[in-house]
Amino acid sequence: MSDENRGHGISNRPEVEEAGGTVIKPISGLQETVLMFCGNPVAVIGAVGITIVLVVSIFGPAVLGADPFEMVGAPLSEPFGEFLLGTDFLGRDVFAGIVYGARPTMLIAISSTLITVIVGLSIGAMSGFYGGWVDATLMRVTEFFQVLPSIVLAIVLVAVFEPGLPSIVFAIGITHWTSLARLTRAEFLKIKERELVLAQRAAGATNKRLIWFVILPNALPPLIISMTLTVGICILFEAALSFLGLNDPDIITWGLMIGLSRDFFFEAWWTVTFPGLAILLTVLCIALIGDGLNDALNPKLRQR
Amino acid sequence: MAESLLRRLLYGFLLLFTVVILNFLLLQAAPGDVVDAIVADTGGASEEVVARIRAEYGLDQPVYQQLLSYLQKMLAGDLGYSFHYDRPVLSLIVNHLPATIMLSLSAIIIAVIVGTLLGTVSALNPKGIVSHIVTVLSLLGYATPVFWLGMMALILFAYEFPIFPVFGLRSVPAPETLPGQVIDIIYHMILPSLTLSILFIASYSRISRAAMLDVMGSDYIRTARAKGLPEWVVVFKHGLKNAGLPIVTIAGLQLSHAFSGAVLVETIFSLPGIGPLLLESVTGRDYPVMLGILQGSALMVIAANIITDMIYRVLDPRIRGTV
Repeated sequence: MSDENRGHGISNRPEVEEAGGTVIKPISGLQETVLMFCGNPVAVIGAVGITIVLVVSIFGPAVLGADPFEMVGAPLSEPFGEFLLGTDFLGRDVFAGIVYGARPTMLIAISSTLITVIVGLSIGAMSGFYGGWVDATLMRVTEFFQVLPSIVLAIVLVAVFEPGLPSIVFAIGITHWTSLARLTRAEFLKIKERELVLAQRAAGATNKRLIWFVILPNALPPLIISMTLTVGICILFEAALSFLGLNDPDIITWGLMIGLSRDFFFEAWWTVTFPGLAILLTVLCIALIGDGLNDALNPKLRQR
Repeated sequence: MAESLLRRLLYGFLLLFTVVILNFLLLQAAPGDVVDAIVADTGGASEEVVARIRAEYGLDQPVYQQLLSYLQKMLAGDLGYSFHYDRPVLSLIVNHLPATIMLSLSAIIIAVIVGTLLGTVSALNPKGIVSHIVTVLSLLGYATPVFWLGMMALILFAYEFPIFPVFGLRSVPAPETLPGQVIDIIYHMILPSLTLSILFIASYSRISRAAMLDVMGSDYIRTARAKGLPEWVVVFKHGLKNAGLPIVTIAGLQLSHAFSGAVLVETIFSLPGIGPLLLESVTGRDYPVMLGILQGSALMVIAANIITDMIYRVLDPRIRGTV
């Protein structure tokens, strides 16, 4: 805990570190970050938007009750009539689909982001910390994954390992960890030369302790921003895979809804427009949060 | 220069070699093998026939033996045979690659031009309207699903206002003269290329804005202004020329993304590219085609990276001498 707070102070405000403990800190780094984030109207809009999406994904299906795959009205009913967002070619309620789709969409995005965090952080941290041949090898692995177009690799992986939820999550995660790994490596390279790390090392701290409890907390601010943006990218990528019909057809996601209505989108624009807007707005909110975090975690940038 | 090119080529070859090994592992992990695919495609066969085909493909050999023969085949440029299409995989890919390359390249070129202009203008006037447009564009470029954007473009510009064709790469019947055909293809490519380029315009405008802000503050710009040069000469000749280097690097790195985006855009606009081929191979469980595409796209990206690296060296005399 104290490591984390100190981490914020040191990485963002080196002047505090130089002055040692004599400077009076009115608020902690974390508090300052939260305050700055909340003072940024755009970031707050993003946070509110994502909160709405999460609330809908948790409680929406229970409140709505109906089955999104059920035929409830005339096929291809226009929106803003009997059904708020119209029905698709099988008479399924588009609004219900969007509400039900929120949970799998967010779950897949968050769990694949978790994979990118685990893989990206470990590879980046080891690469940056140990350097030498470890770094060289791991960076070659990273480049290898960057050379393969992500969608092609993901499609092939899903096709080989049977389409479905686990393979989708794995395919998204394994194709999106490289930028996080590179960022982690860069931060580790920078921070491992700082006095606080040298001091800890001199005090006999183990490598494990240095990596996870000394360097990582200090490297976190940019990594958190990158992880936030990765969630958005994973939502988009999942939507693309579901749209192409590579996800489980029994799990309704926004991408699947667009894919199912593909052959009817000229006649019924609403069947593809609204699920797409749901994706766009959700990812947009994530981007706004990312921007807000960027400003809040790098106060110096704001003055530029 | 020659030495560094050699190193890059060697390294690229190593990457490609790894892709081949990954492909072999995927082939091993896949449920069913080539023979199952043939049997399924031809509608069943007796046990003896299956065993005979297996022996013919060397599938009864130990795994390391299979890997060796697989490597041998791939290094000789033989990507295998597609029983689904009844054609060699290589010829399938060669047939479908031009549309994808054309789409990716034209999208990147549009994005570089538009993005650099937007970025330059917003760097010259950081609080102006263009600056805000760049900010909004970069948010939308990040948040919009490209396949959905393509559908929206089609609804608007091909259905509601039928300005552009709905699908395909050529009109039916195609124009007879060669210039007519070229114009016809360009006409079909406009909407897909613009759709794909939206994804990248934002990143180029941000990069070029940052690079221009950096460059325009330097001493040689002040000198150029002090000489009394017109502002546009200062901006374009002295400023942009130096700010252009990061843009070249990014363009090379983004080819992999552009390729991914192109696969999606092609399926929306029904372009005869790699995307539709890949999807059909997934439905048909046509592993040789899938893995061939993986290998082919890796080769393209590696080649593009080497080419941009060389362009960078030509443009930037400072690193020309270094390895």
